[in-house]
Amino acid sequence: MEKASFPHRHILGMAELGRAEIELILETAASMKEILSRPIKKVPTLRGKTIVHLFFEPSTRTRISFEMAAKRLSADTVSVTASASSVVKGETLIDTAKNLEAMAPDIIVLRHPFSGAAHLLTRHVRASVINAGDGTHEHPTQALLDLLTIREEKGNIKGLKVAIVGDITHSRVAHSNILALSKLGAEVWVSGPATMIPPGIERLGARVTYKIEEALAGADVIMALRIQKERQGRDLIPSLREYARVFGLTPERVSLAAKDCIIMHPGPMNRGVEISPEVADGPYSVILDQVTNGVAVRMAILYLLLGGSREAVA
Amino acid sequence: MRLLLKGGRIIDPSVALDMEGDLLIEEGQIRAIDREIPADEGLEVIDCRQKVILPGLIDIHVHLREPGEEYKETIETGTLAAVAGGFTAVCTMPNTKPPNDCAAVTKFIRDRAREQGHCRVYPVAAITVGQRGKRLTEFADLKEAGAVALSDDGHPVADAFLMRLALEYSRNFNLPIISHAEELALSAGGQMNEGALSTLLGLKGIPKAAEEVAIFRDISLAALTGAPIHIAHVSTKGACEIIRRAKEAGVPVTAETAPHYFSLTEEAVAGYNTLAKVNPPLRTEEDREAIIEALAEGVIDVIATDHAPHSVLEKEVEFAQAACGLIGLETALPLTLRLVRRGIINWLRMAELLSLNPARILSLPGGQLRPGSPADITVIDPELSWRVTPEGLKSRSKNSPFLGWEMKGAAILTLVRGRVAFKR
Repeated sequence: MEKASFPHRHILGMAELGRAEIELILETAASMKEILSRPIKKVPTLRGKTIVHLFFEPSTRTRISFEMAAKRLSADTVSVTASASSVVKGETLIDTAKNLEAMAPDIIVLRHPFSGAAHLLTRHVRASVINAGDGTHEHPTQALLDLLTIREEKGNIKGLKVAIVGDITHSRVAHSNILALSKLGAEVWVSGPATMIPPGIERLGARVTYKIEEALAGADVIMALRIQKERQGRDLIPSLREYARVFGLTPERVSLAAKDCIIMHPGPMNRGVEISPEVADGPYSVILDQVTNGVAVRMAILYLLLGGSREAVA
Repeated sequence: MRLLLKGGRIIDPSVALDMEGDLLIEEGQIRAIDREIPADEGLEVIDCRQKVILPGLIDIHVHLREPGEEYKETIETGTLAAVAGGFTAVCTMPNTKPPNDCAAVTKFIRDRAREQGHCRVYPVAAITVGQRGKRLTEFADLKEAGAVALSDDGHPVADAFLMRLALEYSRNFNLPIISHAEELALSAGGQMNEGALSTLLGLKGIPKAAEEVAIFRDISLAALTGAPIHIAHVSTKGACEIIRRAKEAGVPVTAETAPHYFSLTEEAVAGYNTLAKVNPPLRTEEDREAIIEALAEGVIDVIATDHAPHSVLEKEVEFAQAACGLIGLETALPLTLRLVRRGIINWLRMAELLSLNPARILSLPGGQLRPGSPADITVIDPELSWRVTPEGLKSRSKNSPFLGWEMKGAAILTLVRGRVAFKR
């Protein structure tokens, strides 16, 4: 692998990443995956580098994935979990950042309940910032691992029909995926209860249909999103029962899709609500591959941001 | 002190006066206006050639933060910003700490303004006790203490029956009700204008309907009660249309907008710029154009700033945590002059929007340049170029989305009761 020339200092969202940079990350991730298949799954690439995982929102899955990625590359890692509920006027984020800054980390991975928190952080630290999910804005590494998974299964992304189903409004995963998939030439459809489809989603690159069957028809990729019954204090749907009945991914609905379609879910799943157990554990499900690819994609990003060298990976 | 303003372009919208001439001030009053007034002994002469002389600007919607949040602004610093921006009078909203919901607070503001203020300060008192929307304040007491209008501003009266009572009762005291039009059930949790950009940024949106539904309600109540209602900070095209129709139907409604609604769009918040977070939020280009049209056509009567100082503590935070509001006293004049320069409004209309109409709507002195009236006067250099910088602003807070902008036009002399309150 040539020494990477990655033009960004931070990974804030798919909105900021161009097609070529996305390709570079995916190619790098593919080679990182090779490391994960070795008996000794560790290379000295980022030895002496320090990565801080700053999580203001609980997320075991994403945090472990990032930590594992850092450790596979021999970086030193520190995890800080803080309760955002104690954040009054936001001093905590900037104060914490400034304290961390004094210890000179190379990368800060931030998970935060407020949109734009990663942008704010970049204005207060010298370290590279990776957005590991901010509010309802973006979750770029999740989109990248989804792209890697789709590419592994389908070979190419251009021309695929991708259906994203569920609470589009509150899903940063959906937002990042719509931006990324449409940049790479996929046809992205979104569907779900109209109360969960945000205004202007077409401007991100998605087509909207209120008939889930239309979204699923001939789809090559189906992404189910987690339904949380209560969002922002108000019920957006009358009941989970009705949601499962009208919008849930059942084998019958999935049969509308392409014969070789794949089923994705960012997790954690509500089995029996947005996805039936038969579909979640069925032959088309690539949900666990997504998890594996998460580590590879995050290794690639750490490597690219810190400009790792060819020898180190060899 | 006797002052002669020599050779300026004198604008008085109350009599549609727009002439070159001299203006004589004696004992705090305008004594004479004429083509040529001879300068006799003991008269201080100020050269006003190439300058425009307006009746002192009046801002009927500001937040001076005193009492309670003096770290953001005080009556002293806020009025200093006002006179630097060309304003000779400001009306200060009741959301102080404690809120201005009783005569004691109203009186405190009046007293403090008398001691430390650089311009006239008129308190706007709360409609309901604690701005909590449950019980009316004592309108008579507030009026006697010096309140000139009533508003719960950022805490709009949600109970339509209580709003009806307020409008009815206000008729006894000639205290206009100012409506901050916002249907809270629709705007709850909102951070910016609802639309594609809010979706892209992952920020909860505030639909235009939140404003329009509330304006419609308050206009209906004004029609029902016959009491005048003044709609604060109009930001949408739909709102302009509702107000236009109400005026055509003869409802006693007046309206204001703020310079940021005709100068900026929601694009200003891109990158999570908290300096552009304001309530109601900045809208779209379509709305901005409609606001400009409404200003030109007389649908909107007043330009007010909604000057809302906040410190870095409230602004240098996550967007969702940031306070709403921006400062406007020192940028209102050049931003409005952009409309004059583009030929959308003329000088007379500008003086109407920034001085005569505010005075008329709240029955305040000023708004005209007539012999015998108080010498509240703003002299403007329309060609003066300057750059908005934090250091250059007099306001204690610096939360302006216009920082870094090149402005053209500024007040060079602000006279309050014939005394020089500001000179550039």
